[in-house]
Amino acid sequence: MAKDELNTFKLVGTRPDRPDGLDKVTGRARYGADFSLPGMLHAAVVRSPHAHAKIVKIDASKALALDGVKAVVTRADLPTGLTGDEWDLQENTLAGEKALYDGHAVAAVAATSKLLAEEAARLIEVEYEVLPHVIHVDDAMAEGAPVIREGAADPTVPEGLHPNVVKYMEFGRGDVEAGFAEADLVMEKSYKTEATHQGYIEPHACVGQMGSDNKGEMWVCTQGQWFIRKMSAAVLGIEASQLRVTPSEIGGGFGGKTTIFMEPLSLALSKKAGGRPVKIVMTRSEVLRATGPTASASMDVKIGMKTDGTITGARAEFRMQGGAFPGAPVDMALYCAFAGYKLENVQHIGYDVLANRPKCAAYRAPGSPMGAFAVESLVDEMCRELKLDPIEVRIKNGVQTGDRASYGPKFGSIGLKEVLEAVKDHPNLQAELGPNQGRGFAVGYWFNHNGETSVSMAIGEDGTAQVSVGTPDIGGSRASVSLMVAETLGIPYEDVRVNVVETGALGVNEPTHGSRATFATGKAAVEATQGAIKEMCRRAAAEWGIDEEAVEWADGAAQPAGPNAGKFPPMTIKEIAAKMGSTGGPISGHHESVPDGVGASFGAHVVDLEVDPETGRVTILRYLVVQDAGRAIHPSYVEGQYQGGAVQGIGWALNEEYVYDDKGRLANSVFLDYRVPVASDLPMIDTVIVEVPNPGHPFGVRGVGETGITPPLPAIANAIHDAVGVRMTHLPINPPKLLAALKAK
Amino acid sequence: MGQVTVHLWSGLRRLTDGAETVEVEADTVGEMLDALSEAHPGVKPVLDAGVSVAVNGEILNGGRHKAVSPEDEIFLMQRMKGG
Amino acid sequence: MTKVHVQTKINGDAVEFLADPRETLLDCLRDHVGLTGSKEGCGTGDCGACSVELDGTLVCSCLVLGVEANGKTVDTIEGMATGNDLHPLQRKFIEHAALQCGFCTPGILVAAKKLLEVNPDPTEEETRYWLAGNLCRCTGYDKIIRAVMDAAAEMRQEVA
Repeated sequence: MAKDELNTFKLVGTRPDRPDGLDKVTGRARYGADFSLPGMLHAAVVRSPHAHAKIVKIDASKALALDGVKAVVTRADLPTGLTGDEWDLQENTLAGEKALYDGHAVAAVAATSKLLAEEAARLIEVEYEVLPHVIHVDDAMAEGAPVIREGAADPTVPEGLHPNVVKYMEFGRGDVEAGFAEADLVMEKSYKTEATHQGYIEPHACVGQMGSDNKGEMWVCTQGQWFIRKMSAAVLGIEASQLRVTPSEIGGGFGGKTTIFMEPLSLALSKKAGGRPVKIVMTRSEVLRATGPTASASMDVKIGMKTDGTITGARAEFRMQGGAFPGAPVDMALYCAFAGYKLENVQHIGYDVLANRPKCAAYRAPGSPMGAFAVESLVDEMCRELKLDPIEVRIKNGVQTGDRASYGPKFGSIGLKEVLEAVKDHPNLQAELGPNQGRGFAVGYWFNHNGETSVSMAIGEDGTAQVSVGTPDIGGSRASVSLMVAETLGIPYEDVRVNVVETGALGVNEPTHGSRATFATGKAAVEATQGAIKEMCRRAAAEWGIDEEAVEWADGAAQPAGPNAGKFPPMTIKEIAAKMGSTGGPISGHHESVPDGVGASFGAHVVDLEVDPETGRVTILRYLVVQDAGRAIHPSYVEGQYQGGAVQGIGWALNEEYVYDDKGRLANSVFLDYRVPVASDLPMIDTVIVEVPNPGHPFGVRGVGETGITPPLPAIANAIHDAVGVRMTHLPINPPKLLAALKAK
Repeated sequence: MGQVTVHLWSGLRRLTDGAETVEVEADTVGEMLDALSEAHPGVKPVLDAGVSVAVNGEILNGGRHKAVSPEDEIFLMQRMKGG
Repeated sequence: MTKVHVQTKINGDAVEFLADPRETLLDCLRDHVGLTGSKEGCGTGDCGACSVELDGTLVCSCLVLGVEANGKTVDTIEGMATGNDLHPLQRKFIEHAALQCGFCTPGILVAAKKLLEVNPDPTEEETRYWLAGNLCRCTGYDKIIRAVMDAAAEMRQEVA
């Protein structure tokens, strides 16, 4: 996509090679499991084979009797007295009185080799008393369902609900019943989505080392080294600052690597083993069974619409299970559900419910895809019923800057209308469709996030710049931060090096999550750079003997600001840097804040697909993503986010799901059975980057990572309806399910 | 201190004697949250567990120091998180 | 278990190591030889992140035992460039932004290199099917397919 005419930047909006590209195409980049230390031990984790069971006894004597086995850790080795989120993290790290899901960690063992650790883990005897379990959200909140934990509910839950309901929310405005009464068509439907996994290809891995003085270090693949530090310290009862956490390169995360799973175990084992470093690398099966998939959802939506397409009332009731702990993203799902619509009468109700499944973690726009599936499916169905163009109905009801959002506050700058107009103009909408082929359309939303951010930068002696950031580079953020810093300084892109640093090197940073790295780290990096520029102007002013205010920065040099400042040739960054040792010392800049000015991002997708009526298999023919980026700093990586998000959504819609057997055990814990999209499943993913600049960011960035996973779920269901006339309301729409629906037609 | 109006989510009504909007004396987000807890102790655990506050449409995370004034539109929201 | 002495040629160099008979070739490459460019994403041959060539055959090194490499040649991602001269695929992956996290990249490059040896002028469909055993969760494959086909076009011109 060509740079728009408002973009007068030299570097922002160009597509240079990413700084870490060479390391990543040669196998040199160091990911979590690539790190080793002298004297290192290897660990294995003993996991519950039961969905819900009392732990009667753990006997590690046989394991400890093996030569080379150095330490075993159980819950008895961890401190007591934790509460709230911290107790949840500790309980998930190692089960206490009960194993709460298939795969729940029960003990861990460290030995001199990986094979020995695995053998020792098999020799740890755990006696269980199996308890009744519950897997699905509607079952878990029904009368008589097994209680997963008494007293886990927070004060928002009304009396009379099942103890597995741990959070309740209700919000809205206007009078929905009056809204429905005003409508020409009122429809109400129920929808379900199944739990899916982020599916990052790199399993979790870490090396932890901690001595008897409770000082520790860890090398770990994570989206956020400070989160790992804070959470591990809490679980182990040590001081956060005594733990130094260095992030490796990260092989995908999508939200799943924003929290801890086995990381504290490496430290606990290390301490017990006399401070020898301990490496833990999860298997794929452990990743699927015992990390943090997303929630499953059961949802009811009711909408009233006039014959002209005006939506007069909308109501959503969402129930989600996020595993055996509170935290299903039902709140975010409700906030996003109707976010694209200007509504006077709207009501939301949500239940967060416990079930015997792993503790859910964030997954790309957590909650938004489920809500969109329900709402965008129903809106599509109503458009068909009333013979209205679905895109025009979104434009008619669509929110614009300053409109009140469905969830309460007014929107700042948003670009939904611009996105919808761009969809209408796209050639994909003119493509002819054949028999059993259909076209589907849907809109998606994500807030984007700011979060605690700390960045420092320093000018090198040769006039280049180094930038220390705390957000691991998960998809090209070194490139985007380099572009923004180079643009601000007026120096070549290649003269900037962005380093992702360890917890000892900066103040606290939230992870690379919430689509925040290019927004928040980028904004802080620009602020830090401005600080260094101010100092360089001060140095030039002192050299010239003029006021600091009389110097401005342009084209990589300090310059007299206007004719009255005096006549001096520009003093370049290289000249200033070469002399900095004798003009006052190092020149650097830093910035710490929770950056304000977050810009939300709307997107709209159009999918063309074909249904094989013989098998129920769906083939994607064409796919279009249109999304508001605010400003694309490096358009290739913005496109990459759009494409990757869309394909994760396609997988969620068509194939991916957690399948449990009747004992509550995960039945598909390998990639062969948990089938993510492969190259031959897909066409090219067409993208259009809409740029409605975010006024809250120096270059207009909104954040682009998450919105793209949301529209595929409903867009695909809508296209299937268009192709073969059946309305699928339960994801995934795999071939057996679709074939059954076709036969029942 | 100015009197600010806070829009709660309606699920909290049970904890605020039925009120969906609450008026408290506050000049900052932090003072607003503290005054809310004091006026309605039932919501304190909810606030302590973490909430986001939207002031004139801007969703603040960790912005206790941010100023609020009587003309501001203030919404209490569930704690924002992202993937 | 008694370890077995294995003699191989890896990326052109004679390499010896001691393998536990239970260890995979991937384990041996990563833990004994120090070549960590090949990645373990699944350990069951589903993701392709550990792709290497064994006597010129493309394999998942997690499905081969280390002892099976005895007397054979192994080619990994670390041997793909010639000194500082990147293979055209490596250059095109950087140029096309065909990687985000980069974890699947070594396996995909090794698999794609073999594709272009077998079929210097693959169609998009042939490229997609050849790489169907290499999972990428970040990119949606679009830029990967473009990079492979662009590299193929460049390599055909060089040959011509």
